[in-house]
Amino acid sequence: MIERFDPLKGERLQILDEKGSARAGLDPGLSDPELRAMYERMVLTRTVDAKALKLQRQGRFGTYASNLGHEACQVGLASAMTKGDWLFPYFRDLGLYLTLGYPLADHYHFWMGNEAGLRTPDSLNIYPVAIPVGSQIPQSVGAGLAARYRKLPIAVVATFGDGATSEGDFHEGLNMAGVFRTPNVFFCVNNQFAISVPRAKQTAAATIAQKAAAYGFPGVQVDGNDILAVHAAAREALDNARNGKGPTLIEAYTYRMGDHTTSDDSGRYRTKEEVREWERRDPLLRLRLHLEKKGLWDAKLEKELQDRSTELVEKAVAEAEARPPATVEDLFAYTYAEMPPDLAAQLEDHKAFLGEAAR
Amino acid sequence: MNMTMVQAINRTLAQEMERDDRIIILGEDVGRDGGVFRATDGLFEAFGPERVIDTPLAESAIIGASIGMTALGLRPVPEIQFMGFIYPAFNQIISHVARLRNRTRGRFTVPLTIRTPYGAGVKALEHHSESTEALFCQVPGLTVVVPSSPYDAKGLLAASIRSEDPVIFLEPTKLYRAEKQDVPEDPYELPLRRAAVVREGKDLTVVAWGAMIPVARKAAEAAAADGVEIEIIDLRTLCPMDRDTIVASVKRTGRAMVVHEAPKTCGLGAEIAATIGERALLSLNGPVLRVTGHDITVPLPKSEDHYYPGPERVLRAVRQLMEY
Repeated sequence: MIERFDPLKGERLQILDEKGSARAGLDPGLSDPELRAMYERMVLTRTVDAKALKLQRQGRFGTYASNLGHEACQVGLASAMTKGDWLFPYFRDLGLYLTLGYPLADHYHFWMGNEAGLRTPDSLNIYPVAIPVGSQIPQSVGAGLAARYRKLPIAVVATFGDGATSEGDFHEGLNMAGVFRTPNVFFCVNNQFAISVPRAKQTAAATIAQKAAAYGFPGVQVDGNDILAVHAAAREALDNARNGKGPTLIEAYTYRMGDHTTSDDSGRYRTKEEVREWERRDPLLRLRLHLEKKGLWDAKLEKELQDRSTELVEKAVAEAEARPPATVEDLFAYTYAEMPPDLAAQLEDHKAFLGEAAR
Repeated sequence: MNMTMVQAINRTLAQEMERDDRIIILGEDVGRDGGVFRATDGLFEAFGPERVIDTPLAESAIIGASIGMTALGLRPVPEIQFMGFIYPAFNQIISHVARLRNRTRGRFTVPLTIRTPYGAGVKALEHHSESTEALFCQVPGLTVVVPSSPYDAKGLLAASIRSEDPVIFLEPTKLYRAEKQDVPEDPYELPLRRAAVVREGKDLTVVAWGAMIPVARKAAEAAAADGVEIEIIDLRTLCPMDRDTIVASVKRTGRAMVVHEAPKTCGLGAEIAATIGERALLSLNGPVLRVTGHDITVPLPKSEDHYYPGPERVLRAVRQLMEY
């Protein structure tokens, strides 16, 4: 399917239209429970995100990167991944995390500034968030090389925004992936902005997807607010990776509905009208309309889901807030496998200082 | 067996790869060509293209990919062709290699050894003579190792590759083929984080590493003719630093000097002098002197000797300190 949508010809894969109707022949044929589960993940994601923003305003949360509008990209991709696959994420991947089974409290730990949130659960093949933009891309290629060396039939996913495609690491990573035909899926969430700088100022290319052509592998642009399109493209790209057919670049065309972070004011660089225009294309709304058309959803189910999500979120927040910050010993413990004497002396000195200050 | 440092490195890489199939070598020209200094000579033939990988010319991707390999349990030994070209990979090294253990509370470690030739004194092109080890020593989580002889190179490289921490392994190009030494065939490790007293003396302590060790030795021989006995400490691991060995020596000799190729300002000499000041102040008979590269860009080959500390500059400082 990917090959049928050529970004150089301006073609973009869309399966669900804004009224929630699926295009015949392209529908990935997900079961009813799968579709419902996807919608539930999207709603949970949005609830977690909204709560985070609220906590930040109340001073209970650090600077936070809002997630609004990215749910279809994230849940669509994650629901196509299988257990052995690896994820090298960026910092706006909430729905991916939740779909892959990341504990909600851990997510809050991280953004609340508690070291406890740094360790991704041992059971999940999720590398820690890459904050330096694009740096996870070559890492994911190395993981792809390692997977092949170890003969593991898995795919390695890297996610990043449109801004990351201007970084050298995007080029170095995709170039290397092309050369070695690694089992990678490069998933670009093109949300139109890198903080304030619009997509048009990141590249003169008409699409990001077409850049794959220069690296010698397929690229496809999908409607990032259409979870079926995201899922279908991701599933095919992941299958190709696992089956030795090399890497794929997916550009999910979407819109960052919120500010870049809670430190940002997007009113300085975009209009309310533009944002409203995108509200019409809300990814949650679109899947909900589709479910309703199929008779899989109604107001009662919606109310129950909202309540359940809120309950989960409140429980996780309470758990995260109850957890004390890292001890001083913990802050020093993970710098080296074995603490050097110098560092041990600094730790002892700091503890002595704390003891004196407490007196 | 008698061999040069580059041969010792080559032998160690081969033996470590035989021992542990998680070890992968990757870098520019490391495969068919065997490396521009031949450090990986014969490994491509012995271990194949999956384990000795000629990469695209992309330093950030070489280190970035190495990091990704460690996620799946491999132990890469990437080569950066010259230290002067390591900077595109700085983000990967500083933001990820050094801190992944900490930022995953120990779940992901990065047991890779980044080898790179470094240092002046071989009349090389621009950007091929840098000695910027101090940049790495300020990054918590990194271990920086420099051998000064074929014997040390073998033992320190084996220890670095087996270490659970990431190691920046700096190979002094000037010493690659400077001498041959009897190096045991069987693998062995020299301990990391340990300095070695390579010459004993009672009058003055010289702390140095890499290509400055032969320079310090020459100066010490000349000083001995004048009745001054110099103790030389080969730091071997620059960070985490073996401060105890330095302090113990200075307490005996009462005089200290650091010799390094890197520029003076914020070089490791400053760190060593501060350590001596903190821990051995009352043992000192004079200031801690630094004989170093100047705070200038490494000159082109014809004027390189103005930059690089030689035995004469060291001797001059020895006389200044003895007469202080």
